[in-house]
Amino acid sequence: MYQSWRKSWLTALAVLLTTGFLLTACDSTADKANDANANGTGANTGAATAPFSFDNGGTTTGQLAQDVPDRVFFALDSSEISADGRATLGKQAEWLKSRPNLNITVEGHCDERGTREYNLALGERRATAVKNYLVSLGVSEAKINTISYGKERPAVDGHDEAAWAQNRRGVTVVQ
Amino acid sequence: MRKNMTTSFAKCLTLWAIVLASSLSPFASGVARADIHVDITRGISEPIPVAITNFADSSGGQTGPQIAGVVTADLERSGLFRQLNPASFIQPADQILAQGPRMADWKTIGAQALVAGTVTPASGGMLRVEFRLWDVLAGNQMAGLAYTTTADNWRRIAHKIADVIYNRVTGETGYFDTRIVYVAESGPATHRVKRLAIMDQDGANHKFLTDGSDLVLTPRFNPAAQEITFMSFRNGRPRVYLYNLETGQQRIMGEFPGMTFAPRFAPDGRSVVFSLIRGGSNSDIFNMDLASRHVKQLTNFPAINTGGSYSPDGRQVAFESDRSAHQQIYVMDADGVNPHRISFGDGRYGTPVWSPRGDLIAFTKILGNQFYLGVMRPDGSGERLISQAWHIEGPTWAPNGRVLMYFKEGADGHTKMYSIDLTGMNERQAVTPLDASDPAWSPLLP
Repeated sequence: MYQSWRKSWLTALAVLLTTGFLLTACDSTADKANDANANGTGANTGAATAPFSFDNGGTTTGQLAQDVPDRVFFALDSSEISADGRATLGKQAEWLKSRPNLNITVEGHCDERGTREYNLALGERRATAVKNYLVSLGVSEAKINTISYGKERPAVDGHDEAAWAQNRRGVTVVQ
Repeated sequence: MRKNMTTSFAKCLTLWAIVLASSLSPFASGVARADIHVDITRGISEPIPVAITNFADSSGGQTGPQIAGVVTADLERSGLFRQLNPASFIQPADQILAQGPRMADWKTIGAQALVAGTVTPASGGMLRVEFRLWDVLAGNQMAGLAYTTTADNWRRIAHKIADVIYNRVTGETGYFDTRIVYVAESGPATHRVKRLAIMDQDGANHKFLTDGSDLVLTPRFNPAAQEITFMSFRNGRPRVYLYNLETGQQRIMGEFPGMTFAPRFAPDGRSVVFSLIRGGSNSDIFNMDLASRHVKQLTNFPAINTGGSYSPDGRQVAFESDRSAHQQIYVMDADGVNPHRISFGDGRYGTPVWSPRGDLIAFTKILGNQFYLGVMRPDGSGERLISQAWHIEGPTWAPNGRVLMYFKEGADGHTKMYSIDLTGMNERQAVTPLDASDPAWSPLLP
């Protein structure tokens, strides 16, 4: 059993090493708007070096510009925009309205204390709440995409309420 | 190029079985199910002692002992069987088939069942594998089968033999000639790399199906074909995909304006129930016929509705919804009418998965700071929690509806898959090369 496992593992590794470089080259152009952390650093096994695409995990203090925070936070199992969140989205809306050529994606994220599929739906609900609030402040709806990552891309790798509070978030990313 | 690690699955199906008539053997007395019937619905604390002898191999290889080893491992992993120490076997293995078992010898060492077999060369480089199962206490032969197969197919033959033994002794269909598709995980939580992977139910023949460049989640087997459905974030568009295990081909399941997720095949494998986000804050459950591409909406309620899972007769769908403020399990008719809540205990309930036997729905429950895995009847009665962890999720049923697999995550962030008997006994880790989540059990292989 070990031998056959080892053989398929080595095959997979060889394929990954071959394709990994090509994919990295492609992704660096496709995802240029993502922050540096979003390009990832590879797996802890030392074997898989697959690149990452399209996520905003691992960052906790992003800004769209000086004094324009990129994210709002949510209470447990909630998609309600808090007072702090409304203040943040007000700044985002003003900044976006002065840059009519920019398109944005709002990412919805959840903490790890829910089941996977429910959290995918909840993340979308949060992203939509952010989008709707920005639209209510005059940002063009056509400029806003949403995506849910559920609990798949935490900002903080932690297992306590302090980490979960940072992970229940909606993040505005310039495309 | 990146998704072409195909399985050469069809290669091994030059296989056939012959039920040996009792007249072929001077000592066989036909198939009997007698004194050693095990009722696994009550939970087993004492596994049945069996003597599985090395299969005598006259093909010049080690296939005989290897088959006996896999049969033994399968049966022991079920928790219902215990292999006796081969050093205590009195009658030499090669005499058992030639002369018949000396039942008194096997009774002496406490064996209740005896397994013996041979591996002999067959024409065209094939192997002929024969085995017999005896009820030692009753003195009856319970099974006798022969398979002719290619030499590299010996593991599947061993699993088929284990399935026959399991079936004859317990009365339940076996589940050893099956595979598990799951998500292999590596890297830090903030940038977790997830790959589809597949392996035999005992962990052998492990291979990765995707390379980790796309986030992939929730693979599920087609109950009627070598195909899986799963969710991928490919190109930044989270959608449901289909993966043909024989060709290695992936394709998106339909073109939808919003996220599609939580896919699961209907029992006939011809359609997929899934969830679709439309208009942002709600998700509803739909069914898509894979041939006609016809889509029909099953739920229409302003809430989260997801996690659809068909009853094995295809007449009902279990799902989860927060329409009553928190995540709970509901059942509706397959056309979407008559939705009714079935979970009423404390806490939140999600991930309903209908047993292939139809009698139970497995679920995940979140209560306080703990996650639980449980089962309840389709009317919501008889809730029983069978495992608990800081994080436990993603139940999948073995095709006989007697064993569940799921994953647990410890506080160290590592995820591992486990199988457990329906009774809540015999929890065992499924060994995987990396962290593992979202298991899905295949149907019995053809």
